[in-house]
Amino acid sequence: MAEKIIMKGNEALAEAAISAGCRHFFGYPITPQTEVAAHMAKRLPQIGGTFLQAESEIAAINMVLGAAAAGVRAMTSSSSPGVSLKSEGISYLAGCDLPCLIVNVQRGGPGLGGIQPAQSDYFHATRSTGHGDFHILVFAPATVQEMADLVAGAFSLADKYRMPAMVLADGMLGQMMEPVVLPEGDSNPPPPKPWAVNGHKNIRSHNIINSLYLEPNDLERTVVERYARYEEVKRTEQQAEEYLCSDAEIFLVSYGATSRIVKSAVVKARAEGIKAGLIRPITLFPFPDAYIDKYVGQAKVFLSVEMSMGQMIDDIRLAVNGRKPVAFFGRTGGVLPTPDEVLGKIREIAGGVK
Amino acid sequence: MATIFTRPKSIADVPFSYCPGCTHGIIHRLVAESIDELGIEGNTVGVCPVGCAVMAYDYFNCDMIQSPHGRAQALATGIKRAIPESVVFTYQGDGDLAAIGTAETVHAATRGENITVIFVNNAIYGMTGGQMAPTSLSGQVTQTTPYGRDTAIAGHPVRVCEMLATLEGVALAQRVTVESLRTVTAAKQAIKKAFTYQLEGKGYSIIEVLSICPTNWGLSTEKSLQWLRDNMIPYYPLGVFKDKYAKEGAK
Repeated sequence: MAEKIIMKGNEALAEAAISAGCRHFFGYPITPQTEVAAHMAKRLPQIGGTFLQAESEIAAINMVLGAAAAGVRAMTSSSSPGVSLKSEGISYLAGCDLPCLIVNVQRGGPGLGGIQPAQSDYFHATRSTGHGDFHILVFAPATVQEMADLVAGAFSLADKYRMPAMVLADGMLGQMMEPVVLPEGDSNPPPPKPWAVNGHKNIRSHNIINSLYLEPNDLERTVVERYARYEEVKRTEQQAEEYLCSDAEIFLVSYGATSRIVKSAVVKARAEGIKAGLIRPITLFPFPDAYIDKYVGQAKVFLSVEMSMGQMIDDIRLAVNGRKPVAFFGRTGGVLPTPDEVLGKIREIAGGVK
Repeated sequence: MATIFTRPKSIADVPFSYCPGCTHGIIHRLVAESIDELGIEGNTVGVCPVGCAVMAYDYFNCDMIQSPHGRAQALATGIKRAIPESVVFTYQGDGDLAAIGTAETVHAATRGENITVIFVNNAIYGMTGGQMAPTSLSGQVTQTTPYGRDTAIAGHPVRVCEMLATLEGVALAQRVTVESLRTVTAAKQAIKKAFTYQLEGKGYSIIEVLSICPTNWGLSTEKSLQWLRDNMIPYYPLGVFKDKYAKEGAK
């Protein structure tokens, strides 16, 4: 059993990426993800890896594109405005069916926004992280431990489904220090990548990695094939935590740092006799709608709590599909909701449903 | 009967999409001949641009990847850093390399990224139908400069080799052309040298090839070649702008 150490979320994530076999990091400085790059800059040269500070987020994601195409586990990390810049490259990665890891330690937006924690990039991460018909895998850690634990799985599923994966964290998770047990060794060795452009060595025909299809029927076929993979992802890869759900009537749905605040509010509500529970999505794409579906019969109402003006609530509504009401509480711009604010909303709803 | 002229081994036997009279075919051939002569096809990865050469992934027999517009050298950096023993080249036009991809170009160069850049400068956007390029000449009529490029409005054409030659990381920056047998031969030597430098780990090489675009220039091939001689070469002089490893007196 590895020892428990105190670490920042950003550092735990970086170290976990190394454990997962990532030796190529390309990034550009931006708050509040700085420690990911700083950790990689220190560690990767010690183990024969590549840390490269690119001239822009755009260049960084294209370096990831090149390294992923060459067949290695590659990653980049950034924060909201920087991830906007990466959108072009992420679209190409998806269009080329390339696995990689993108980390978004979210801050408030739009524009330059602020540097405090936010969850206002949910739409960007789950709806379309760039132009075109595609999805990426999105993982939402809620603790420093999960900042580490979700990384290997993200790389592994990215390889399995040949699609980019994102860890969608926030400034709070990135910056906070908590005890963490780091994953040991490389438990998910990358699979063979016969499609990689790494030189045919005169033993196979040449590989081409490309997202251009001038014949519409060809392009449609590749997109449809990709969506068949997404359906498999939706069927088999949903992850969520259920907290006090078995007898709950008011189901809070919250992810990431916000879910911890919500958990406190749920405990307080229970102390007042309100039957509150929490569904905490760990995967955002695929959205864990099976967990919503499981409780939709017993639920009186769902309450989405987010650090945004309401983005994940759309996925909850789609999962609930009109069967029950879906309420919202959120703070945005880098403002954290307090447990008492959330409790206030729970009380208000409880009054309404009694 | 002895074969004295044939298709380079690393060029695929497929129809090219280039317009009649275009010099891309010649430049492809020079790249392929260099790859063949150095025996590096099995280790080479080529990066295509967005532009006329976008489908060059079908034309070379080495491994190929198609890049987002302007990002070829960042992408090439990722490949080269992942597999340092590979040979990586980009093949880019003037819009791709010197407009949308300027940052990626300058920074790959200043890092001394050990890659080979083939830069085809034909002073116009060919694929999209003849708009002003960063290298369009002063007064040049294009779709987006219908009254001629007015440098007071549209700025001045970029001399890429001269600009990059100031950067420490650049091993070789040379401008060539393919407007005659003599210049084709010189271009071939330059391209092969650029690949050789990469094999020797010498760092970043860029070979700028002055090229023609009869379709969008609205001239016959013959007149295009003359236009290149009369207008491009005076502004974009041929020559070696930097050769970090030139032998004393050999420059």
